[in-house]
Amino acid sequence: MAEIAIELTGIDKRFGDVHANRNVSLTIYQGSIHGIIGENGAGKSTLMSILYGYYQADSGHIQVRQQPVHIRNSHDAIRLGIGMVHQHFMLVDNFSVLENIVLGAEGGFTLKSGLDAARIHLKQLNQDYGLEVDPDAIVGQLGVGLQQRVEILKALYRGAEVLILDEPTAVLTPQEADHLFRILRALRDQGKTVVIITHKLREVIDVTDRVTVMRAGEVVGNVMTADVDKEDLADLMVGRKVNLQVEKSTRTPGEVLLDVRHVSLKDKRGVELLKDINLQVRAGEIVGIAGVSGNGQSELLEVLAGMLPASEGEMLFKGEDLFRLKGHRPKPSILREKGVAHIPEDRSREGLVKTFSVFENSILGYHHDRDIQKGWLYNRTALIEKAKRFIQQFDIRPTNPLLRAGQLSGGNQQKVVLAREIDSNPDVLLVGQPTRGVDIGAIELIHKQLVKLRDEGKAILLVSVELDEILALSDRILVMAGGRITGEVPAHEATATGLGCLMGGVQS
Amino acid sequence: MKFGQPSTLPRWAQLSVLPLLNLLAALAITGLVVWLIGEDPWECLKLLVGGAFGYGEGIGYTLFYTTGYIFTGLSVAAAFHAGLFNIGGEGQVYIAGLGVSLACYAFDSFMPAVFMVPLTIMASMLFGAAWAFMPGYLQAKRGSHIVVTTIMFNYIAAALMGYLFNRVLMEKGGTNTATRAFAEASWMPSMQQMGGWLGLTLPNTPLNASLFIALICCVLFWLVVWHSKWGFELRTVGTNEQAARFAGMNVSKVVIVAMCFAGALAGLAAVNEILGSTHRMNMTFTNGIGFVGIAVALMGRNHPVGIVLSALLFGALTQGGLDLSLDKPNITREMIIFIQGLIILFCGALENLFEPFIAPLFKRKP
Repeated sequence: MAEIAIELTGIDKRFGDVHANRNVSLTIYQGSIHGIIGENGAGKSTLMSILYGYYQADSGHIQVRQQPVHIRNSHDAIRLGIGMVHQHFMLVDNFSVLENIVLGAEGGFTLKSGLDAARIHLKQLNQDYGLEVDPDAIVGQLGVGLQQRVEILKALYRGAEVLILDEPTAVLTPQEADHLFRILRALRDQGKTVVIITHKLREVIDVTDRVTVMRAGEVVGNVMTADVDKEDLADLMVGRKVNLQVEKSTRTPGEVLLDVRHVSLKDKRGVELLKDINLQVRAGEIVGIAGVSGNGQSELLEVLAGMLPASEGEMLFKGEDLFRLKGHRPKPSILREKGVAHIPEDRSREGLVKTFSVFENSILGYHHDRDIQKGWLYNRTALIEKAKRFIQQFDIRPTNPLLRAGQLSGGNQQKVVLAREIDSNPDVLLVGQPTRGVDIGAIELIHKQLVKLRDEGKAILLVSVELDEILALSDRILVMAGGRITGEVPAHEATATGLGCLMGGVQS
Repeated sequence: MKFGQPSTLPRWAQLSVLPLLNLLAALAITGLVVWLIGEDPWECLKLLVGGAFGYGEGIGYTLFYTTGYIFTGLSVAAAFHAGLFNIGGEGQVYIAGLGVSLACYAFDSFMPAVFMVPLTIMASMLFGAAWAFMPGYLQAKRGSHIVVTTIMFNYIAAALMGYLFNRVLMEKGGTNTATRAFAEASWMPSMQQMGGWLGLTLPNTPLNASLFIALICCVLFWLVVWHSKWGFELRTVGTNEQAARFAGMNVSKVVIVAMCFAGALAGLAAVNEILGSTHRMNMTFTNGIGFVGIAVALMGRNHPVGIVLSALLFGALTQGGLDLSLDKPNITREMIIFIQGLIILFCGALENLFEPFIAPLFKRKP
């Protein structure tokens, strides 16, 4: 048996009413890749934050290399050889890779001596683990995958023996994710310990040696990866049988509801973000747009939803050009009136106001509707009734419409948005990342709803960076790269690898 | 306690225990300073409270100051709900005073009180709103920061009014930088007068019907901000502009209208001062009322109930402080400003200072 790198015993942590970790015990062995999985809000991130010194546990002990330790802040953690790669990178964009890596650990009185020493060290690290990062590149100009490697280098430079990665593949292409996994394996083979927090089951199966499953703040399983499959883990995470397949009947799509012609978009500097986009969505059809994030899908959705003005092109809805209804820019409110609803990619920034109650969020964008007004004031009873109806129809929990949206889990927040947007019975639904940061139980419900809407004859345009989701839901798949549509594949012929090539290949 | 961590206190404790502790801390430090300059803190506190609430006239003055602070407090809060920091209350009150005076110059010689009072109220709101409109417009359309522009507009208002007083408004041959006295038709009914209608004998103080306008404004404020479409747009723009755009709201329009709303509320303070008390416009009538409004809104957490309570606190400090400085020459008017400053420091900047200490008291047993 390998040596124990980290041992957590009886960790307990509360935030007010929320019991984030209940008596969690966990052993991480040196030289292994350890996965921690669980639904959103299961307490994975809290646990790792305790290990990294962001929070203090209410009770429980931490041992690093069999020595009991107190980790009061991240400095303590770094000193103990624990490094963390955050989901949102902590990098200075206009500094070079080298400068970012020495940041906070400059050494020496002059910057140059520190940088020179770092350069040599960095070269060694680059070689050892196949990181392939140019030390003089400006971080802001690097792709996301490379920025992540800079974060890894930062941790290693500080002497990390244990590397914690929080949702590392959320922003990567399948190819980039594979490269990351190669790096992680190299790290393991050199005796480092890697902990990855994730909710993607496939990755867990691919890359980890051991898995800890968490649910509602507790550890519900500790298994060797080789002994389990995806379904086992999903069941453990959710605590019941989960159907990962989306059941979908074949259906012949009807008339063209949304016809996008020659749409292009230039930013202020004249860079073309969208180039001559043409697509059609028919009634009773889900058209999926696959692509690595940052290749124009987000912009396309924003343009169609009236959040960004298109530079050129037409958006025909039942034959009427919505771009030219009032001037050149369709307002989101007019689009909604016409029957184009939008479930935005960034739920917490666009779709919701987190500090508002659930019932207030249930009218966002529909706050002019007559049935909720009484004179010049809102009819509060009607508002709350509406929210209660959403809560019941979509199984939103907790069921209190007076709670602030921010108190709900990601999945339940998304259900509020979904309920609101489809309540007005739109003909076209623009859907962005419907299950980003959403737990498995809710994913199932959201997917079923989307398929149901399709069966009712709605036209759905789905943008997602989750290939599995695109494959499971779409009737037709379009691939975007570099602001263009680079390929179209009927869903039944599509495979993850095939799409992955289209997504990455054309881009470079 | 780490920043951004959810508060562990129950809501009622956040709203009552924390502000009280902050207030006590401010008073404790004041007491220390008072003791250091050789006065008896306990005696001074008694004089202060007695001056504010101990006798009829004192109460009248306290409530008179409170009225003004409610208006400017609501003004700051209104803008704040739209995510705007309105530092310009002072200038808005000043220009609203001009509006009130112009209305009086034009009409007070012949118009009866029935028309005069509503007219002057409208004038104050209109001029206040107009003065706030410009920073609002510049923020919404040009991206000029509202804090910078409203501060500049305070100076512009002061310069403009200085010019007008010296060249236009001052009475011919007078030495007082003030307008002429306005006709009685334009006066707000005083509390003494209104008490008389009901057969009550009230002391002679500047307290006037504006207090009722202020309280009505509080109720309207609550309805508009939390129970109307427009308030919903206001708060959405203030908390999450991106979501406001998503919901099809016209963000620039909301910003501009919010500033006008704020300016109109601030403007009403001019009615209280000019038509309720002096019955002419003095050059120094604003006297920092717009700035106290910031503290009032901050301490009252931008909610009308809180604003009424904190306006009462600041009103009492102003009145009690004046009385105190008459009795104790050692304690100057600056001392009162010092106390106000401490209260702002503790209630605004160090709002959650005591939270970690009292949190264990409220911790539920696991």
